[in-house]
Amino acid sequence: MSTEMETAAIETVSIEVDGVALEAPKGAMIIEVTDKAGIEIPRFCYHPKLSIAANCRMCLVDVEKMPKPVPACATPVMDGMKVYTTSRRAIDAQHGVMEFLLINHPLDCPICDQGGECELQDQAMGYGRSVSRFVERKRVVKDKNVGPLIQTEMTRCIHCTRCVRFLDEIAGTNELGGVGRGDRLEISTCVENSIDSELSGNVIDLCPVGALTNKPFRFQARAWELMARPSIALHDGVGSHLYHHTRRGKVLRTVPRENNTLNETWLTDRDRWSPEGLCSDDRVLEPQVKKDGVWKTVSWDEAVETVVSILKEAGEDVGMLMSPSSANEELFLGQALMRGLGSGNIDHRLRQSDFSDDAMSPVVPQFEMPVAELDRVNAVLLVGCNPRHEAPIVGHRVRQAWRNGAAVAAYNPVDWDFHFDTGLDAICAPQDQVSSLAALAAAVAKLSGKEPPESVQGIVNEARPGEDQDTLARRLAEAENALVLFGQSAQAHGQAAMLRALSRFIASASSSAFNELAAGGNARGAWLSGAVPHRGPAGSAATAGKNAQQMLEQPLNAYVLWGIEPGFDIANPARAVQALRSAAKVVVVASHAASGLYEMGDVILPLAPQPESEGSMINVDGAVLSWAAAATPQGQARSGWKILRRLGGELGLDDFRQASLAELQSDMQVAVAQQPMEPSRVSLSVDSSAGGGLYRIGDVPIYAVDALCRRAEPLQKTVHAANDWLGLNAVDAERLGLNEGARASVSQGGESAEFEVRISERVPQGGAWLRSATCTTRKLGPAFGPIEVEVA
Amino acid sequence: MNAVSRYFKSLLLLELWQGLGVTLRYFFRPKFTINYPEEKTPKSPRFRGLHALRRYPNGEERCIACKLCEAVCPALAITIDSTQREDGTRRTTRYDIDLFKCIYCGFCEESCPVDSIVLTDVHEFHFEEREESVVNKAQLLALGDRYEEQIASNRRQDAAYR
Repeated sequence: MSTEMETAAIETVSIEVDGVALEAPKGAMIIEVTDKAGIEIPRFCYHPKLSIAANCRMCLVDVEKMPKPVPACATPVMDGMKVYTTSRRAIDAQHGVMEFLLINHPLDCPICDQGGECELQDQAMGYGRSVSRFVERKRVVKDKNVGPLIQTEMTRCIHCTRCVRFLDEIAGTNELGGVGRGDRLEISTCVENSIDSELSGNVIDLCPVGALTNKPFRFQARAWELMARPSIALHDGVGSHLYHHTRRGKVLRTVPRENNTLNETWLTDRDRWSPEGLCSDDRVLEPQVKKDGVWKTVSWDEAVETVVSILKEAGEDVGMLMSPSSANEELFLGQALMRGLGSGNIDHRLRQSDFSDDAMSPVVPQFEMPVAELDRVNAVLLVGCNPRHEAPIVGHRVRQAWRNGAAVAAYNPVDWDFHFDTGLDAICAPQDQVSSLAALAAAVAKLSGKEPPESVQGIVNEARPGEDQDTLARRLAEAENALVLFGQSAQAHGQAAMLRALSRFIASASSSAFNELAAGGNARGAWLSGAVPHRGPAGSAATAGKNAQQMLEQPLNAYVLWGIEPGFDIANPARAVQALRSAAKVVVVASHAASGLYEMGDVILPLAPQPESEGSMINVDGAVLSWAAAATPQGQARSGWKILRRLGGELGLDDFRQASLAELQSDMQVAVAQQPMEPSRVSLSVDSSAGGGLYRIGDVPIYAVDALCRRAEPLQKTVHAANDWLGLNAVDAERLGLNEGARASVSQGGESAEFEVRISERVPQGGAWLRSATCTTRKLGPAFGPIEVEVA
Repeated sequence: MNAVSRYFKSLLLLELWQGLGVTLRYFFRPKFTINYPEEKTPKSPRFRGLHALRRYPNGEERCIACKLCEAVCPALAITIDSTQREDGTRRTTRYDIDLFKCIYCGFCEESCPVDSIVLTDVHEFHFEEREESVVNKAQLLALGDRYEEQIASNRRQDAAYR
């Protein structure tokens, strides 16, 4: 591949644009060459990341010896070509096109949200007439309702088809198309559907006019009033670059910031609209303390005093559960606070329930192939991974790989709706996932002749691979670039350690890359900062303690909850709530608090969420990405690192004397330069306690990953947010006597709830698809565990 | 010679008599002075005085929150917040003009695509409290309602020259 690229780079042609001699790669389009050289050519339909449509005709240029002006976006350069972008013929052509475009475009710029950032407005200034010659009636097109995120005003559409091409090529959902011909062409969804892609917001940025605009932001502000504050998205591990557009200290909208190695020019809907949750009703605005069962608003001094006395009293018998979407600084100071108190009880892996491979895990979750290279793989194996929802940018890259010919196989607990095709899948209920993956590992071992590691040797040697597994093993081994993507459903699985060890063996034996897509926005930063119970910063030796599961199973005297909601963010909400209710004291540091936190907490400190606080994160590629606060913290909320530094200082601990963020970051630099501990060997055992009953598949819905996201109203109005239903296989449903739409009573760990039944072929036999982090499932037991279902 | 004539001119107070002559001439001419406020000078229909927000004849406010006036204002005297009204139209929720900042240049009126914000010919207004200098949307609409006849007739007179 590299030689191919080199030869392509060598083959150049010389052309002349407006008298300037330019070298251009052979086969490039004129517009690409002029863009690189900084020569301006007007355009609407051309976009460097989309296919070429050449249907707006705005980029017509004059080329010597060509009988007519030609579109610069669809004309490849040829040796000796002479292009004139400002000749009489080119200018006349562009003026003509602009006049035709404006014929059917309404004159409603004053009420159009695109006004001030509109490509048509800008170019009409340069190429339009000052007075229209068109006196006939203009075309009117009925608006479409395409969901809670995108506002349409289809009369304004100029049919550049960027949105159609985006949803077809990038999002892969084909949700928009052109209906009709000529001036009756309408861009429309298929029969009154909404646009449900997880990348749908990008069509707003792509639309050169005001036909598709941001619905939640509608009529809020003009582009010229807004300050663009560069920041980073913290809802998945990719670390997408973005701008928060703020006015008077408030985030009004979010747009992508170009970064070709991560999010290119796109932004996921989750990153774009999560800041809508900043102004929710249950924002914590002041420090509060519970006195004799009554909540009282107090000063920061008093609140800190109370927390300090709680922590002093608890001593070592305290545990801290931190959100994996916290900044590095918070995670680092959080673990320093716990270890300073003599307790190693700190964890960010709240959705995990199997920690048996902790001792042999690498310093950070492995992500061997960087995001930028994911679209070049030839074979992909998904293990418990729904990349589309876990990290939509990774999903997009996998889709690009698939478009380039990669074959994808899914070893998932649910046949999720992907925007790429899969083959040789093994969709089986969680209790069978280990054995199915072991069969694949056995096939890989047989093919490569490599011995599986001790921890999984037994189960791999027992497994009998079938034809599918053999084919898949061969595919992975033969592929030039193969990838094993280990997802969040696998990490949350009851036997995650076994699945991880098997996947890692499959990857190493087939010389594939092993990428673990850890839950939370900053999992890698959390591991490196030492927010894990068994290791300190950078995997160094440190006071060891209980992990997230042990902390709740063997209740402690006091807990510190950092930016989490126990009902939504923990693998086993029922047990978490029980442990926290029985604890003597619970300190809550949160940006948002619903009634549950008030019930179990004793002190609440207002935390400024990411757009309002500064910090840094480490993305899956290992890049440290830092951001400054984009908005002013609401109420008395403070940045997390400031809260922790104050607590540490008042407790008289060392390492809490940083006067500034820069000082803290240099302290962290020193801490992460420590020598990591040698990973030790662990033997894993197969858990066959699941029995023959149903096993819950409790993956986390795309818009329920963190407190901010769960409060973003526009996102919660989308189809992805309606998750209070129980998915069953037809066979299981018939056995249980449940029909589509029937009410089923579900019980888990002594708690029960009622759900509507949906019969789906996506759910394997033996599985019950009941998602986590919803308003009803927050009362239930483990996300991945046995579950009892009966007719309600 | 020069010195001699200057000596006689100053001795005879010639320039003083000339000046008094002007005074005497004007003493018998008709007076220019206007007895304000009982009497007022005529004003041009283009006079730029107090601001007002106009309505359409059906009572609907004209302003569509395009924010061009806010953008064009050289003194940054206008502050607008906008939102979508229940009927789906684009409307302001706040339209404040700080009359202390305003330099009465009339750019807001020039920029308005719907002739909503106008400068009336009212120049007689005062404030008793400092914060009264900021007039809000309700006050501006009330001014528009009160002076609509005058505003409309001024615009009509001037229409031929625009």
